[in-house]
Amino acid sequence: MSVTTSSQALAPAERAVQLLGGDLSEVALRRHLEGLPTVDAVGLEARAAKFGTRSIKTTSKAAALDLVIRMIDLTTLQGSDTRGKVRSLVAKALVPDASDPSTPRPAAVCVYGDMVGNAVAALGSAWSAGKDDGINVAAVATAFPSGRASITVKLQDTRDAVAAGADEIDMVIDRGAFLEGNYGKVFDEIVQTKDACRRDDGTYAHLKVILETGELVTYDNVRRASWLSILAGGDFIKTSTGKVQPAATLPVTTLMLQVVRDWERLTGERIGVKPAGGISTSKDAIKYLIAVAETCGEAWLDPHLFRFGASSLLNDVLLQRQKLTTGRYSGPDYVTID
Amino acid sequence: MTFLEYAPAPESTSILSLRDDYSLFIGGEWVAGGGERFASISPSTEQQIATFSSADEGDVDAAVRAARTAFRETWGPMSGRDRGKYLFRIARILQERARELAVAESLDNGKPIRETRDADVPLVAQWFFHCAGWADKLDWVGLGANPQPHGVAAQVIPWNFPLLMLSWKVAPALAAGNTVVLKPAETTPLTAMLFAEICEQAGLPAGVVNLVTGAGETGAALVRHPDVDKVAFTGSTAVGREIAKALAGTEKKLTLELGGKGANIVFDDAPLDQAIEGIVDGIFFNQGQVCCAGSRLLVQESIHDEVMDRLKERMSTLRVGDPLDKNTDVGAINSSEQLERITRLVATGIAEGGEAWSPACELPKEGYWFVPTVVTGVEASSTIAREEIFGPVLSVLTFRTPDEAIAKANNSPYGLSAGVWTDKGSRALAVADKLRAGVVWTNTFNKFDPTSPFGGYKESGYGREGGRQGMQAYLKAGK
Repeated sequence: MSVTTSSQALAPAERAVQLLGGDLSEVALRRHLEGLPTVDAVGLEARAAKFGTRSIKTTSKAAALDLVIRMIDLTTLQGSDTRGKVRSLVAKALVPDASDPSTPRPAAVCVYGDMVGNAVAALGSAWSAGKDDGINVAAVATAFPSGRASITVKLQDTRDAVAAGADEIDMVIDRGAFLEGNYGKVFDEIVQTKDACRRDDGTYAHLKVILETGELVTYDNVRRASWLSILAGGDFIKTSTGKVQPAATLPVTTLMLQVVRDWERLTGERIGVKPAGGISTSKDAIKYLIAVAETCGEAWLDPHLFRFGASSLLNDVLLQRQKLTTGRYSGPDYVTID
Repeated sequence: MTFLEYAPAPESTSILSLRDDYSLFIGGEWVAGGGERFASISPSTEQQIATFSSADEGDVDAAVRAARTAFRETWGPMSGRDRGKYLFRIARILQERARELAVAESLDNGKPIRETRDADVPLVAQWFFHCAGWADKLDWVGLGANPQPHGVAAQVIPWNFPLLMLSWKVAPALAAGNTVVLKPAETTPLTAMLFAEICEQAGLPAGVVNLVTGAGETGAALVRHPDVDKVAFTGSTAVGREIAKALAGTEKKLTLELGGKGANIVFDDAPLDQAIEGIVDGIFFNQGQVCCAGSRLLVQESIHDEVMDRLKERMSTLRVGDPLDKNTDVGAINSSEQLERITRLVATGIAEGGEAWSPACELPKEGYWFVPTVVTGVEASSTIAREEIFGPVLSVLTFRTPDEAIAKANNSPYGLSAGVWTDKGSRALAVADKLRAGVVWTNTFNKFDPTSPFGGYKESGYGREGGRQGMQAYLKAGK
């Protein structure tokens, strides 16, 4: 079976054809993915655990905490989300810590597609609207979190979110197709979703591809799915929806960082990584920064290339930040709930 | 300052309460030695830590006599169950004082606190716990019912893992019912002194553990002492050979754990990222001052360049410097003599056509330092592919087929350790089976466990430490 691609998204497909030696058939794709270096689970987990033994203090810690805030996609993804809830989330993004105006802002707010308009309105002039400064609006799409819908629905979901102003689209891959070994289908859907990210003016919303690593289970699967997503044109690879356990783990994120490092070595292109779900403490977040720095290098310590998908992480970072300034730990009532 | 530089995170030395001078520990007493005093310095600063006594022949004789008395009167007749209680108590105190021991070891040896804290000291406690469990179960050690201890064990240990090697020697000897006289290395006697304090704290009967510090002559006097029943030595092959000669024809039992030139074999289907970590752990752990270090990398020719690129990139993230900084990966070389040896051998390697590469890195002004180095273009006949360097220097050779890998790996006078990296289980087993090395690790390196026997082939020595086999080395077959 050959992989069909829509004409607008020829760039990643063409590149994939090149990498696969001129043959983008299902067989060639499979051979390519199965030819990637394998992963030894024990070794990967030992490496990840070692990142946790670094001791980040004083000036390093202060820099790390601010960086973590700038990398956060402040997220609410509940069935019960309302306009008021989104407004409240946006307000928190705008002023994370009223007691310290020097506190940086998170990279984006991440909401369901139907809430994009509300988020954009609430952000007002702080909305980046595709520019480098300001706060982005990220929308989950493609029948998030299960991805169980027709491709027509998934693409329309994406187009609606982009039309409403989403700067970033967090799509889910079809884990069923991946586990069936139907790599071509997964590839094709990513290519089509990327195409659906195209705006009228020819620019594209940033595409983050959620692998849902908790459902892929093995590290070899995670490596193949990561590589496949990048091959198909994903700008970011993201661990989880946050709806499945285990969500982001340090070993899985380390592996994905190794993949984007290898991709850069091969093509010169830099792809982003976003662990999401379950990272709620500064201590954990800093371990991820160490993994980034020691796997990909410091160039990746940038919100364009690394993000945290989180909701409760921000407040813990703010408490740690206050502690660095005042020398004392304050309580949970010294940061706001949203 | 960039993030990756990390702010300094030095471990405090205030937890230590060291004396300025240490004596010998004989028969439960601290006694001054008859020989000249010597100082131990911190390899990372060249500052003196404390001075120590040299034991002369008379002191060694007193120590052996004390051990003999304890063997005859207290430790020998004691039930295994009671011996076990003492050993468990020591193990628990080792854990309680873990941080203090980690700091002392790092200070005296120059190895990073990360390693003493996360590897050395936890393993030391594990070794005592493991052997304590054996003390009342010697009937199951594999030597028949009621096996008997040898008597007085003379033990001489090296400077690369001072406390860990002490535990490998003392724990099984005591569990089996022997008493010991141990000589720590001249450059790293500090933690042995702390161990003597722990023996006092545990109320261990006098004379069961005796420590004599000093240089080579002290060790020679100890292993030659006529009233010693068992000798255990870890150190250089040259000294091991001397000991074997001296003991030939006597009744004394001998185990030797000597040098090595471990082959670390990477096949083209290896889990690459983990193999790179394994190569790094294999040669840069403890600054490469490990007898079972994976110092000869055998990499399949088809992936040589890729492995080298990845390895160099990874080596660039290693942090060399103050061993007491919690973020240091590679610490100081133990002594100026050792640094000189490493420097000389690397120069030879380059002169013989090898190409050396090291990451850019600023070394402290004081102390003994050698930057992690990889030497490519090394051939089987090169000096640095044959001789043990005992430093952070990796020699890289290539191979084309599994048979060639096995042949090259075995083509060494040593045979202590080897590593195999492949994703194919059948290949891992087939290759491991043909490697003449005491330990073969698959998809990992430098892992130690008290339940696993460790020891060498050929010039890497004989006898095993750890596991059932390690216990057997301290026992005579039962009747």
